[in-house]
Formats: sequence, structure tokens, C-alpha cells
Amino acid sequence: MANLQFDLVSPERRLASVEASQVQIPGADGDMTAMADHAPTITTLRPGVLRVVHGGGTDEYIVSGGFAEITATGVSVLAEQALPRSEFTQEVYSRMLAAAREAHGQAKEVFKNEHGPVDDAAKLLADMVAIGGHIGLTAND
Amino acid sequence: MPNLKDLKNRIASVKSTRKITKAMQMVAAAKLRRAQDAAEASRPYTERFNAVMAGLAASVGGSDSAPKLLSGTGSDQVQLLIVMTAERGLCGGFNGNIAKLAKIHAQKLLAAGKTVKVFTVGKKGRDAIKRDLASHFIGHVDMTDVKRVGYANAQGIAKDVLGRFDAGEFDVATIFFSRFENVVTQHPTAQQIIPAKFKMADDAEATLYDYEPGEEEILADLLPRGVATAMFSALLENAASEQGARMSAMDNATRNAGDMIDKLTIEYNRSRQAVITNELIEIISGAEAL
Repeated sequence: MANLQFDLVSPERRLASVEASQVQIPGADGDMTAMADHAPTITTLRPGVLRVVHGGGTDEYIVSGGFAEITATGVSVLAEQALPRSEFTQEVYSRMLAAAREAHGQAKEVFKNEHGPVDDAAKLLADMVAIGGHIGLTAND
Repeated sequence: MPNLKDLKNRIASVKSTRKITKAMQMVAAAKLRRAQDAAEASRPYTERFNAVMAGLAASVGGSDSAPKLLSGTGSDQVQLLIVMTAERGLCGGFNGNIAKLAKIHAQKLLAAGKTVKVFTVGKKGRDAIKRDLASHFIGHVDMTDVKRVGYANAQGIAKDVLGRFDAGEFDVATIFFSRFENVVTQHPTAQQIIPAKFKMADDAEATLYDYEPGEEEILADLLPRGVATAMFSALLENAASEQGARMSAMDNATRNAGDMIDKLTIEYNRSRQAVITNELIEIISGAEAL
């Protein structure tokens, strides 16, 4: 089976660059799995788990948003914030969750009569909570 | 002729100055390497990001519904200058050059009848701007406590600036920073970030992408990030430039101190010799008089 080149970069560093057989991406409109010869696609990401399957096993990364560029021969994920699953501890998670809650609270105050931004913030928060469920961390209130 | 004790004290003081400048140079060299690494690490992200944005901007940019961050507000009356400098001095012309470029730019805009607002990042720039453009000064971000520039810092600044844009406070934003070329050369640069301008790479392959969600949603989502990304790479370039400028400034200072020590030492030895000669003359003429 043909492989594709997978790159994961955040503004601060390049996290991964491997040859993978498939990449599961938490797209804004739903999860998708990219394999070789995928149609060229650009999608935004929601906070979620990025799963990369390659010869040496499966790597998981937590991304907080950004976008992914998929071509027939490769996937590059440009994440705003990304961490390998192993470095994603309860502490980090709680901090990100707190930031999402705060953003939601602010959006509710600032945009009292507009639903758009509040809904966006609420979705972000819900996505963050969902990550916890996926990887076994608690979203303690 | 200054007396021996004064000379000795001066030599001692210049020597300790040289020690300090030498130490600062070495610290700057170490920090420069780190700053350069950070700048390099951010490059893949920035390049990819700009490539994707250029593609998106080219396909959506023409339409009337293009976001304001891309197409502008339709006016260029109110100009925001974001002046990014260092928090510390003793780095040669680094801060001065950026501030000078911003001031020249501001004067040109004022002469053209535009409204100018200035936003500063970094204490040194604020001090320089407050001297000449105090009435145009609208805000400042303090970076004194920031040891290593992170993306979060850039996001913070971008959020502030975007908030002002949404509130209609300005039409065009330009950032001023210093682009790092090498240790001795840094170019003060002006870059317009709002409305955003993306350069198509020359070898851009015309891949037709599917966009998910739609092109315009993605663009609306990515443009604010683009502002943060531009800020971030400017901050990193600035950090590297600052250390480079400091390194060469301190290298010069160390060399000057060395020259000065040599000169003072020669003068010291001459006056010492003169004193000895004087004493000898006194003894000899005293002995002859007997």
C-alpha cells in the first residue's frame, strides 16, 4: 500500500515528519481519515485527537485547532497548539479547559445579542470536554 | 598631565567595563543561537500557512463578500503603526533604527493627511515614540516579563489589535520590526498585516483543493490566525536581531575598551617614567651642588 508523507507543525516547532499509511484528522465538519491518493482538501480542525498510523505503530497527538492540508502524497497539519498524547497531562488539559471556559464566559458577556461568537466558543468548550472523554482525563468542573 | 593615581583608577575602571561588555557579548551570543533556533523552528509553519492563505486569498479575494481583514475597509484613512522593539537597550542602533523607520513612515502619512495611531510592543520603542508622536500613541504591550517569546504572546497582541480593528479604530495596520539577516546586518522592515497581503510563491502548483467547510469560512477562521502568525514571526525575527545587534555592539565596545586600556597604559608608563626621571634629576643635581 502506498504511503503518504505526514507533517505536523505548530508555530513553535515541528512535531512530526514521518511516512504514514493513514492519518485520522479531527476536521471541523467531522473526523476524516486520509490515506494515499486522497483528493486535495483543506480543512479546519476542531480541538481533538490526531491519529497517525505508520510502520512503527500509531502516534496520537492532541491538537487545539488550526488546519490540515491534504494532497495525494501527503498530509500537513498546521496546528495552533499540538502536543504528543504522552505529554498531554491532566494539568495541561485543565489549563486548556479553563481557557476555553473563560473564552466562553467572555463571549457570552461581550456578544449578548449575537449568537455566532457565543456558539463558536460553546462548541470549542464542548470539543475540549469531549477530548477528555476520548483519552481518559476528567473535565472536573 | 594627570597624576599616576588617577590614571591607574581609570585603567581599572575601563578594565571592568571591558569585562562587562565581554560578558554581555557572550550572553548575547548564547541567546542569539536560541533565538535563531526558535526562528528557524517557526519557519515551516509560517511558510505553509502563507502558501495556503495565498491560494485561498487568490480564489476568494475578488468577491465582494471577502472578509474585511483581507479586502480592507475600503478606506486607508486611519493608519495603525505597530512598532515592535526590544525591552532593553545596549544593542547598538537596533531600537533606534526601527523607531526611525516608523517615524519617517508616520510623517509621510501625516503629510498625506492621514490619521496615524501608534501601538508599541517593547519599552524602548514606546520611549522613542512618546518623544515625537505622543499625541498619536494609543497602546502598549509590555514584554518585560517574557523570557522566551511564545506563540501565546503573539496571540495576545493579535487579539488586542483585532479587537481594535473590529471596533473600527483603524483601517490599515503595519508592523515595524527588524528582519534578521546575520549577526552584523538587520534590516528594519515595515510589513502591512491588515488588510493582509499574501505573496504567491513563484512555483505555486495550481492544485485545486476541496475546502471543508467552505472557502470563506476557512478564510474567516484563518485570517485572524494569519495576523498572529505574522506577529509571531516578527517577534522572533526581532528577538534574533536584538541579540545579533547586541552582540556586535558589545564586540565593538569590548574592542574600544581594549584600545583605550592600551592608550592609558602607555600614558601611565610615560608619566611613571617622567616621575622617575624627575626624581633622578633632583638627586643628581642635589649631589652636584654639594
